[in-house]
Amino acid sequence: MEATIPVLILAIPLFMFLFLGLLGKYMTHKLAGILGTAGMGLTLVLAYYTAYLYFFSGAPEFVNEANDRLQFIVFNQDWLQFYDKLIIRIGFLLDPISAMMLVVITTISFMVHLYSNGYMRDHHGVYEHGFQRFYAFLSLFSFSMLGLVVATNIFQMYIFWELVGASSYLLIGFYYIKPSAVSASKKAFIVTRFADLGFLIGILILSYYTGTFNFTELTSMNVASDTYQVSLSAAEHIKNIFSTSAAPVFLGGSVLTWALVLIFMGGMGKSAMMPLHIWLPDAMEGPTPVSALIHAATMVVAGVYLVARLFPLYLMEEVSLTIVTVVGALTALYAAMVACTQIDIKRVLAFSTISQIAFMMVSLGVARPDFHEGLGYMASMFHLFTHAMFKALLFLGAGALIHAVGSNDYTAMHGLRKYMPITNITFLIGCLAIAGIIPFAGFFSKDEILSACLGNSMIAYLWMSMVAGLTAFYMFRLYYLIFWWKEHKVHEGHHAPKDQPWTMTLPLIILAAVSCVAGFIPFGNLVSWDGKPYDFMAHFDWSVAAVSLAVAIVAILLATKMYIKENPLPEKMRNALPALWKWCHHRFYWDELYMFITHKIIFGVICRPIAWFDRHIIDGTMDGFAYVTNKASYAIRGLQSGKVQMYVWIYLIGVLLLGVITALCLI
Amino acid sequence: MFSNILIYFVVIPVLMLAGLAVCRNIKQIRAVAVTGSLALTALSIYLLVEYLALHAADPAAPMHFLGQWDWFKPLHIQLAVGVDGISVAMIILSSIILLTGSFASWKIDPMPKEFFLWLILLSVGVFGFFISIDLFTMFMFYEVALIPMYLLIGVWGSGNKNYSAMKLTLMLMGGSAFLMLGLIGIYYHSAENPADLTWNILKISENASISTGWQYFLFPMTFVGFGVLGAMFPFHTWSPDGHASAPTAVSMLHAGVLMKLGGYGCFRVAIYLMPQAANDLAWIFLILTGISVVYGAFSACVQTDLKYINAYSSVSHCGLVIFAILMLNTTAMTGAIMQMLSHGLMTALFFALIGMIYGRTHTRDITKMGGLMKIMPFLSVCYVIAGFASLGLPGLSGFVAEMTIFVGSFEHADMFHRVFTIVACCSIVITAVYILRVVGKLLLGPVQDEHHLALTDATWWERTATVTLIISVAAIGCFPNFFANLIRWTFTPEIFSVIGMN
Repeated sequence: MEATIPVLILAIPLFMFLFLGLLGKYMTHKLAGILGTAGMGLTLVLAYYTAYLYFFSGAPEFVNEANDRLQFIVFNQDWLQFYDKLIIRIGFLLDPISAMMLVVITTISFMVHLYSNGYMRDHHGVYEHGFQRFYAFLSLFSFSMLGLVVATNIFQMYIFWELVGASSYLLIGFYYIKPSAVSASKKAFIVTRFADLGFLIGILILSYYTGTFNFTELTSMNVASDTYQVSLSAAEHIKNIFSTSAAPVFLGGSVLTWALVLIFMGGMGKSAMMPLHIWLPDAMEGPTPVSALIHAATMVVAGVYLVARLFPLYLMEEVSLTIVTVVGALTALYAAMVACTQIDIKRVLAFSTISQIAFMMVSLGVARPDFHEGLGYMASMFHLFTHAMFKALLFLGAGALIHAVGSNDYTAMHGLRKYMPITNITFLIGCLAIAGIIPFAGFFSKDEILSACLGNSMIAYLWMSMVAGLTAFYMFRLYYLIFWWKEHKVHEGHHAPKDQPWTMTLPLIILAAVSCVAGFIPFGNLVSWDGKPYDFMAHFDWSVAAVSLAVAIVAILLATKMYIKENPLPEKMRNALPALWKWCHHRFYWDELYMFITHKIIFGVICRPIAWFDRHIIDGTMDGFAYVTNKASYAIRGLQSGKVQMYVWIYLIGVLLLGVITALCLI
Repeated sequence: MFSNILIYFVVIPVLMLAGLAVCRNIKQIRAVAVTGSLALTALSIYLLVEYLALHAADPAAPMHFLGQWDWFKPLHIQLAVGVDGISVAMIILSSIILLTGSFASWKIDPMPKEFFLWLILLSVGVFGFFISIDLFTMFMFYEVALIPMYLLIGVWGSGNKNYSAMKLTLMLMGGSAFLMLGLIGIYYHSAENPADLTWNILKISENASISTGWQYFLFPMTFVGFGVLGAMFPFHTWSPDGHASAPTAVSMLHAGVLMKLGGYGCFRVAIYLMPQAANDLAWIFLILTGISVVYGAFSACVQTDLKYINAYSSVSHCGLVIFAILMLNTTAMTGAIMQMLSHGLMTALFFALIGMIYGRTHTRDITKMGGLMKIMPFLSVCYVIAGFASLGLPGLSGFVAEMTIFVGSFEHADMFHRVFTIVACCSIVITAVYILRVVGKLLLGPVQDEHHLALTDATWWERTATVTLIISVAAIGCFPNFFANLIRWTFTPEIFSVIGMN
């Protein structure tokens, strides 16, 4: 495969960023929007074409004789050499998951580019301040995210990982006049930076012991490349480093375990796993299309992608996969419980995102090659794909609602179904998809995750089924509270909310259509952990499907009973379990805990004392030297008074003293 | 003598001094300053090209453009010059910062002529230091670079300038005292035979005649002597006060170039000539610098004066330079030099921007400002870029330097180095905290002071200065391999052969 198209896939968004960022202010808003969207559209076409070639062309660099899908390095440019073998390269790796991610990212990004043409205006069609900047940042994000998924080595991934973090910071803080947006962006960056510290140390450990950053060597997957041949011995070597009894051990865990757990920490930060999830709900301060793109569909799944990318390594250490599972399972339940009690619709969706990503994590954590050929891996990627579609749909729908109503709270919405029919239908499809109702996309992917859990342990299966039930419940609670419940008087009259312009509804319709059919994609044929094609239906467990469907339907019925019309049931429930409700509503006080740690401990106990110590002790010592010198010279300067009588006196006393001393010595 | 290109790095500033002496108005002064520094920049880029060609022809030679002329025969003092990749990088850095510093002092007041005279004299010292390979002339240029600082801060400074100028000068002079003792000690042990004594670095290194015992004595002398200028903990306290009082261009040159003299000297003199002691005593200074990396960052978190924040941030970043030098392996030391380049450029950018903001708002207290993004978008965007460079965003220079340092430091597998490496890594988080705190308070949010609404954005000379620096920062960040190779070539195996390191 020629490198031209892959280079363009990265270069177009980067160019659009520089172009719109530097020259945006010299063009009209409309032109900037069109150019940004067109650039992304072109990237979309190229990415689709690349993915098509990869999956369906059957070229020898993509599949071998046994029909296994291969990893193909399209290009790999040296970027920074540390020593002989340890080189950071910027390259383009095509394999099943990166090809899939190309499709996901460009699809959602294009939808968001299109949608923002309508969203970033007020009701009179006047563009928001900084519209060009918005498109520039969107392009920067798309560039970084694409670079992340096609990384050929872990350091390239880290580089783009940081870049997506920065573009996320810029976009969350897009409304920089609002103090809440500023602090949310700061929080997001610092929390993920803290997680990235773990990622970095993990990379350092891994690269120190293996002597390489390259994924192909680290994971020793099937490789095909003209430019870059991996000898099998390199891969064997890495296995040997960690599997011999002489393997280095640190604090009871093998070094590989530590490296993998630290790398997973980076994934936890980006993917908002507990306890590093606190930035994601606040990140909703950004414009809603940004939430759809970054904080629902693409960037937040980077952690899942990271674990999937290193999956063969994780398989070598059972402990690390267990940690992934446990963290995922706890987060899934936590986020689902919190989502049931939030008022801000974007926060409900944010917690729902956290919970769904946790599903993907759990799915990776329970995946084992000996159970249905690594079903969990495939299910995780499948869920990543479908979730991106329906969650972006839900967020864009929420954006349409917020745009129409002018508030984030469902209390200001209620009963919108008559006013915004398209939004209503598409949002409902999104809810059905996430709840896992056949035949919508979420049903298939979630069902496979549950099957994979069942294959691993009963506890995981029951736990995740419960969370799946909660998912259906809180999503339909949200749906009813927005579109049903009671009629709002304020919606009458001239300013009645209505469906938004086509730039906003078209993405909704497209994504809704995708959410309806995405479940039927024969995903197993395309993506599997070892590249071997995988018969999807052969592993489909109808009993699991029936149970999960039943759970979802019961949960939806319960939500219908409680929320379709104004009634006192929710109030009663809240009063029945006041403590639980309070904890959920306050998100288990995680934010308060973090505020305490950062403000009271870090600033109060570390930073301020250090600053004081520096000013008063260290600098005080230096000033002390000067002070003593000064005082001493004052004290003795009287000796140089210029009075001759005084000098004579001192001279005589000196002679006398010397005489006495001499006399004493002689005696 | 004048056939050697390196001499012109001293000749041009001296010509500039002469030119300034006859200037009659501010326009002529500007013309001389800008022409001269442009000439220096062009010359340094020409030097880079020539150096690359020479290096390609003879990769094994430790230095190129060698030249030596007797100065005082009885004591073997020479004017000896020569450069390797590191010096070339430092010379480019200095010329860029001198150029941008001239633009940043466009409206210096009062006594522009005298200001530029001292500033150029300072740069004579800087360039002379980087081209010298004779310890004596090196030390002389070092002092030439330090003394003008006193007057520049004391006369053109702000705030508590007399105290700061005195403190800075005295502390650096204290360092020089140690340094001079160390250098004289090195001279007397530079050869077995008293007739062969020399100040020439290359010859001393070749002779390798300093006994281990003397190395233990002389290494700390020279290392601390240079370390004071490199803001090594606990000798860094001149930096916050000095920077806070210094005028913009002086802060830029001081943090951007002069502090690099410290790091450069630590490598070129202390470690290069006394590798055995460096290897054995590194742990003491590793502890000090490992502390100063996080210590400076934590201190920066609670400062409210922009210049204090940046000064403490420099303590942290320069601490990382010396930390990496002491790792004594190619990767980490390459990273150290890259960090010097990177820190020089981005801190100059910071100080330039702080000066420009201060010139408008007349305050540097971040609690008294807010929402500047709305008022002066250009300066604010530049500040955000500088902040991103400082917190290590890929694509800008800070990232590549820090990563090279961390990877290099991680080559030591023992617990001591591991612990301090991880402590140093933690600085990437703390840096993000204080940078984003400043960005959030200063640039974003609502406008805090109504009077600020009337302020204007950057003028063309300010734009020139900041854009030049940003392009340099981005160039290192986007094409790190070019710079890394330039530096890495210098760390020939011979340097490490004494101690058997890689």
